Amino acid sequence: MASTFLPDKRTGPETDLSPPPTSAARGRRRRRARHWLTAVGFQVPALVLFGVLVLLPILFAVYAAFFRWGGFGMPSDFVGGDNFVRLFQDPVFLGDLWRCFLLVALSLVLQLPFALALAVALNQRVRGRAVYRMLFFAPYVLSEAITGVLFAMIFAPGEGLADELLGKVGLEGLGGEWFADPDMVMATLFLVMTWKYFGFHMMLHLAGLQSIPKELTEAALIDGAGPWQRFRNVTLPLLAPTLRISIFLSVIGAIQLFDLVWVITQGGPDHHSETMAVTMFQYGFKRYQVGYASAISVVMFGISLVFALAYQRFVLRRDLEGATTTMRGGGK
Amino acid sequence: MGDPALSRRGFLAASAAAGLGITALSACGGDSDGGSSGTTTIEWWNISTTQPTKDVWAALARKFEKQNPTVKIKIVQLENDAYKSKMTALTASGKLPDIFHTWGGGVLEQQVDAGLVEDLTGSTKAFADGLLPVAKEPYLLDGKLYGIPFDIGMVGFWYNKALFKKAGIAEPPTTWSGFLDAVSKLKAAEVTPIALAGKETWTGMYYWAYLAMRTAGIEALAKADADNDFSGPDFVRAGEHLTALVDLEPFQKGFLGASYSTPTGQAAAVGNGKAAMELMGQWAPVVEADAGKGLGDDLGFFPFPAVEGGKGTITEVFGGGGGHALRRGAPQAAVDFLEFFASEATDRELVKETGVLPVVPAAEAALTDANLQAVQKQLKGTTGFQLYLDQAYAPALGQEINTSVGALIAGSKSPGQVAESITKTAKEEQ
Repeated sequence: MASTFLPDKRTGPETDLSPPPTSAARGRRRRRARHWLTAVGFQVPALVLFGVLVLLPILFAVYAAFFRWGGFGMPSDFVGGDNFVRLFQDPVFLGDLWRCFLLVALSLVLQLPFALALAVALNQRVRGRAVYRMLFFAPYVLSEAITGVLFAMIFAPGEGLADELLGKVGLEGLGGEWFADPDMVMATLFLVMTWKYFGFHMMLHLAGLQSIPKELTEAALIDGAGPWQRFRNVTLPLLAPTLRISIFLSVIGAIQLFDLVWVITQGGPDHHSETMAVTMFQYGFKRYQVGYASAISVVMFGISLVFALAYQRFVLRRDLEGATTTMRGGGK
Repeated sequence: MGDPALSRRGFLAASAAAGLGITALSACGGDSDGGSSGTTTIEWWNISTTQPTKDVWAALARKFEKQNPTVKIKIVQLENDAYKSKMTALTASGKLPDIFHTWGGGVLEQQVDAGLVEDLTGSTKAFADGLLPVAKEPYLLDGKLYGIPFDIGMVGFWYNKALFKKAGIAEPPTTWSGFLDAVSKLKAAEVTPIALAGKETWTGMYYWAYLAMRTAGIEALAKADADNDFSGPDFVRAGEHLTALVDLEPFQKGFLGASYSTPTGQAAAVGNGKAAMELMGQWAPVVEADAGKGLGDDLGFFPFPAVEGGKGTITEVFGGGGGHALRRGAPQAAVDFLEFFASEATDRELVKETGVLPVVPAAEAALTDANLQAVQKQLKGTTGFQLYLDQAYAPALGQEINTSVGALIAGSKSPGQVAESITKTAKEEQ
């Protein structure tokens, strides 16, 4: 059996049981080796940087998570899985998980539909729509720290803008202690998050809407479809890839939420707005229990990784045809 | 006022970022050992990054150089948080600067245990004996002196005399039950009794720390740290006394989300006359005037009341200050500088220009502010001293005390649970 009959990619060392290759095949192999060398040459600098700056720290965090370690020198006090056991017995961390879930759920149920509705509205011919688009997008451009300081002042109990405004229109009853109230802090925080991020999702959705060919909506119109039917059966399915990305970003963002919370509440009052990242920061940089903090970051990494892979595998599959996570051969 | 304690507590993100920049720069700094020309260069690491202290200290260094032509002083200034992390790294590497800022307590002890700090007991005896005894407390370990103070301060109640008068309180309370009584009177007069920055849990920790000092005593606090056991009945009782206060609902509206030094925070509430008092260190008047309007002559100071039946007394203080330590084997010029910095002339200037409290008794005359004089008087009559818990204890333990006392004030932990979780962290850390 001559090697030329085999598909190209099978010509590896393991198939060298076949008769000595012809000189033509040898030449091709040499060419391919050179080609491969060039590719590697170009990739090495990037791979080294990626390895040193991304992979190594991740691996080291995983390693450190099995030690009791104060963060200086090398970890030496091996404690096995103790940090993880402690983690999943800590009511604060379990609360972090619950709050993460809560934020994801609220984002999906309230924030994304809101952004979608705005995107649809601003995709119409509205007077001054460019101004609206810019205004709605503006909060996203603002830094998280500034947003935090701003809203901490707006929601200052009693004397902040929010309470003043509610008082002016006779709705004092709706005011409250906002970030200072353990029962209200998550709702207030979600309000700020929505303010901050809805513009970004609106922009994503707008871009998605604009890539839908007009002819399709027109055809539906000619077929006698009403506005809801056109939205439900034409726009929504064609917008689905964008929505899937939007959901993905929302979830990953909620898992890693840190800066807003840190600036506004530092996780308080009494842990009621603490997120995994805030807990990790507290242990790593305030208490210098870096081993335990590493365990938290490993769990965060695990949750993000599992979610990202599963989501890409099962939800984004059609959108990412041929990308790394689809286990099918590259040729298909 | 460039009070180290103030900057230590104060401004998080922005200042830390600025400090990190300096850390990066200073990492490029070279060795401190003398050149070949016969001059000795000593490195002086401090945290006086704010004015006017920064300039005053730089001028003092020049003055010392003039008096000692063969000595050059290289000043390295780091912002508070950046300094702490840099020093932790240096301690691990085993090489400290010639002269460095220290708060004493647990961190200094670690550095001493690692054999990195010069014992100053003998070399500074000539001038250190004359310093205010309480100011040296944080740097005394096993009877040996490892640091020379330039500042000392303490925590106590800062109160609004006008509001106290309005509520019919003639004299500041001296007992805990009298204090609770005063709180009730203020409430009855529709005055918010106490401002508290619940978001920054260290402010609540002050109450627990003082109550623990008053009920269990200072020695019990040291013993609890050594034994990793805070579960004794006296510590639970301290929590119960605090619960009694919390149950009166004495704090301002929304205190759980309040910061310390922001315009809507604890200091501003007192400074603007919206709350009658706060438990805070000697820097309180400055921050009250900075974040709010300030109270002027209406501001008064009284020590934390004694607790009936407790083992502590009203003359024991909770506080801390700032000082300088030397690396082991630092040149004689560094000792000379410490002497220069703790001289009466220097201390007068520091008191006058940078607002610290005098550590040289003779420099007292430079203290003109009536409130700071009251603090000074209390410090002079001190019968016992407890360093800030987050400096006296390991970081994890200090933080756990802050958070669990915060939980007690928020109503989610009982006094017993507070003692329990502090003990648990202490045991994990040992």
